[in-house]
Amino acid sequence: MSGTDLREVFFQECEDLLEALQDGLRQMDTPDHDPETVHAVFRAVHSIKGGAGAFGLDALVDFAHRFETAMDRVRAGDLAADPEVMHVFHRAGDHLADLVVLTRTGKQAGRAGDARLLAEIDALAGPPEESAEGLDFQPLALDLGPLPGLPASPEGAADTGLDAGPDTGPDTGPDAGLDAGPRTALGAASPLPDSLTDTPADPPTDPPAPPGATRWRIAFAPTAALYTAGNDPALLFRALERLGPLRVEADATALPPLAALDPMAPCLHWRLELTTDAPADEIAAVFEFVEGLCGLEITADSAETDAATDMAAGPEHGPEHGPEHGPEHGPEHGGGEAAPAGADPRGALSPAPATAPADPASPGNSPANNTAHNTAGSEDAARAPRSSAAASDAAPAPQPTIRVNLDRVDRLINLVGELVIKEAMLSQSIARLGLPPESGMTTGLDGLKQLAGEIQEGVMAIRAQPVKSMFQRMFRIVREAAEATGKQVRLEVQGDQTEVDKTVIERLVDPLTHMIRNAVDHGLEDPDTRLAAGKPAQGRVVLSAAHRSGRVMIEVSDDGAGVNRDKVRALAETRGLIPPGADLSASEIDNLLFLPGFSSKDTVSALSGRGVGLDVVKSEIHALGGRVTIASTPGAGTTFSVSLPLTLAVLEGMVVEVAGQTMVIPITAIQETLQPGTATVHPLGSGERVLISRGAPVPLIDLGATLGYRAAPAALDDHVLVVLQVDAGRRCAVVVDRIHDQRQVVIKSLESNYGRVEGVAAATILGDGRIALIIDPDEIVARGGGRLPGDLSLAAMG
Amino acid sequence: MTEHSTVTGGRTGELVAFRVAEQDFCIDIMSVREIRGWTETTVLPHAQDYVKGVINLRGAVVPVIDLSARLGLGRLEPGPRHVIIITMIGQRLVGLLADVVSDILSVPEDTVQPVPDIASESARAFVSGVITTGERMIRQIDLARILPEDRPEAA
Repeated sequence: MSGTDLREVFFQECEDLLEALQDGLRQMDTPDHDPETVHAVFRAVHSIKGGAGAFGLDALVDFAHRFETAMDRVRAGDLAADPEVMHVFHRAGDHLADLVVLTRTGKQAGRAGDARLLAEIDALAGPPEESAEGLDFQPLALDLGPLPGLPASPEGAADTGLDAGPDTGPDTGPDAGLDAGPRTALGAASPLPDSLTDTPADPPTDPPAPPGATRWRIAFAPTAALYTAGNDPALLFRALERLGPLRVEADATALPPLAALDPMAPCLHWRLELTTDAPADEIAAVFEFVEGLCGLEITADSAETDAATDMAAGPEHGPEHGPEHGPEHGPEHGGGEAAPAGADPRGALSPAPATAPADPASPGNSPANNTAHNTAGSEDAARAPRSSAAASDAAPAPQPTIRVNLDRVDRLINLVGELVIKEAMLSQSIARLGLPPESGMTTGLDGLKQLAGEIQEGVMAIRAQPVKSMFQRMFRIVREAAEATGKQVRLEVQGDQTEVDKTVIERLVDPLTHMIRNAVDHGLEDPDTRLAAGKPAQGRVVLSAAHRSGRVMIEVSDDGAGVNRDKVRALAETRGLIPPGADLSASEIDNLLFLPGFSSKDTVSALSGRGVGLDVVKSEIHALGGRVTIASTPGAGTTFSVSLPLTLAVLEGMVVEVAGQTMVIPITAIQETLQPGTATVHPLGSGERVLISRGAPVPLIDLGATLGYRAAPAALDDHVLVVLQVDAGRRCAVVVDRIHDQRQVVIKSLESNYGRVEGVAAATILGDGRIALIIDPDEIVARGGGRLPGDLSLAAMG
Repeated sequence: MTEHSTVTGGRTGELVAFRVAEQDFCIDIMSVREIRGWTETTVLPHAQDYVKGVINLRGAVVPVIDLSARLGLGRLEPGPRHVIIITMIGQRLVGLLADVVSDILSVPEDTVQPVPDIASESARAFVSGVITTGERMIRQIDLARILPEDRPEAA
């Protein structure tokens, strides 16, 4: 596996982590959020930082570090997660996501971010960071002897790190990590945080240090894994320094002669002396991210608190315990990566850790544990293993997942499509043989047919993904749109687990973004206007997804003022989009918004009025085989409804024959089919005909003539009428020669080798191996609809 | 592609020669994917008269162009004896309807001569050069121009 592959793995993990981060931040917005959420967010940022460090992505590391430092204060309870703070965090989260994308695409930003955001974050991270900068280290007892300028990582860390270098400086470990097996680097980066929270508190045998400073001796021996995970001893020491005066002494005795030096193997140990009144668990908390990655002994210097914990459980202990803890925490990581709780030394530690660097984050306890909590700790600890076991029984284990290259899935889908076609061809030729129904051939074929169908369904399901990832991006869109317009907006999301084909999701991002911006910019009113109208100042935008009769419905609704129909109408008239005084229903006026070049806002705003109108949204959704409609109630809001096919690969269609050609009409567009004998058809004008269907006139056109295959037949007796209905209730009846049957067809692109054909959406392959065209009901109806007076403007929208 | 005619200093190209409306044509063998017998096409609505329709090539929808009609030599009424030469033009798979594939030629590139001025505009539009071998004159087709012109996108 090459470095680039590993980088890609890292970035894929970043996606999951960013998702967890955004999720967490949103939960933190709610006043009574689970304290665990803060840790989840912190872990996400830290894991990104760790991974980025392993690849030497300094800008990312730098920013993640600042972010993390600020988060840490919230975690410690020093900083309240009030709306203002959360605002900064949200933006920091967005910025982190941007940085990841920039770094991934190679356009790595030289600096960590825009100055204002950095300043705000640093202000939050504030005081501790300052003091860290101003560290006053004791002189180092570093005896490097004849080894100047060693490139190896441990030395590097000692050199630059302990000299209180800049934040970005200490990433010497990562270089080693890149070569030494980045696999482990990544592996270690993500599981690490897990060990934080899930481990039940260890029994602190002694009450923590009495008030007044205690001197602690800390022996710290990092393993190679610590460096490859992107950790840096210097940062740990600085964190310790915040607790009290610290003396750091590096032990270089293990350092071999230069010739024998293995640059990947850490050779330095440290002895630290910390004088602090902080309890043991606070000291241990500093090392929580490197648990299992280092040998660590924390000893109180006074006799009565003569307690030592050997936390030196190596990573090799981890795996046995991972599974127990994994399931509870997996979901936050959004993937299967959580399980290898590689460093969960607690479980590995046998019953008698002499003292407790008590768990920093046992559930329910504030991480800034004070002494009172610790006495209760032993009881907790006794209970905890059981309860945690129970929890893992109850909580559904995350489904293990794999990442598969999309091309492979697509190839499989194509092959299955072929299989289904071959199966249909086979049944046709067997049907021609006229075998008795009970013959083995027929039953065998039925079995094959069923299997092929099931395989097809299964393969399609591979491509299906919850819309959550797409919906999540909209929170940011709303935030930014709200900021740009000075409005207060809350986005609510419903049904984000609804699964849709991945391609549909990808291609829906742009139109959805546009609709969301539109809802904030044009839909919602200013806070003042809202208050005046008796609404809360904060506007509400609801984004929902649901499966409905084989399609996906996605709705964007706002509780704004609704479409100003008079204005829309006037504007459409002045722009010549509709004839003056045209008789339009309310819904027709609303739909004028989809006309090209329509922008209803007086002043074009920077946000959604970039000359790209809702017509683009409409055409993009149209291209996906979807429909978009608008419904508006004056004063109460507007709802955009998008109806989409679940997949772009198959379609349920009615197979018909027209002028000797076999064609497929999408079943979703068919309202009813009629025999001409039973239908009421009236001539209208010269040669035009109108069908009375369900009490309303519907233009009647010949499908063969519309597609240029033939002249419209004068008599309809031998034909069948199919009434098509597309969005906005527009209808049209088409004449076909015969209806064969209804079946699922595999959609084949006509555009890849040829191009777009008017009136045709795509092609498919029938049982006889021939190609049948799938008609595009929208375009057909648009042609038919244009022939009825008063419908002119709507036809233009098709 | 082989390069063995170092004597002339030019590269040798292999060409697939075929007959359309009593005339010899050829295209670079590297653009040819396969040659198959005529199969009924599915007619495309609103297509130019030289687009015979589309066929199913192992799951891909491939348009078939009537070369005779495209070159202005009259429409061909295809039957079982006719062939479809599947070519790769740019990123597209396109079938060319021809009477028969005659042979594969190995010709040094410098034997390809420019189209004589005498040729009409319509012929020169699709023929990029001519090759004379003995009695025959073979017209090299400029594949990129065979495709239908920009189809009306917004129609």
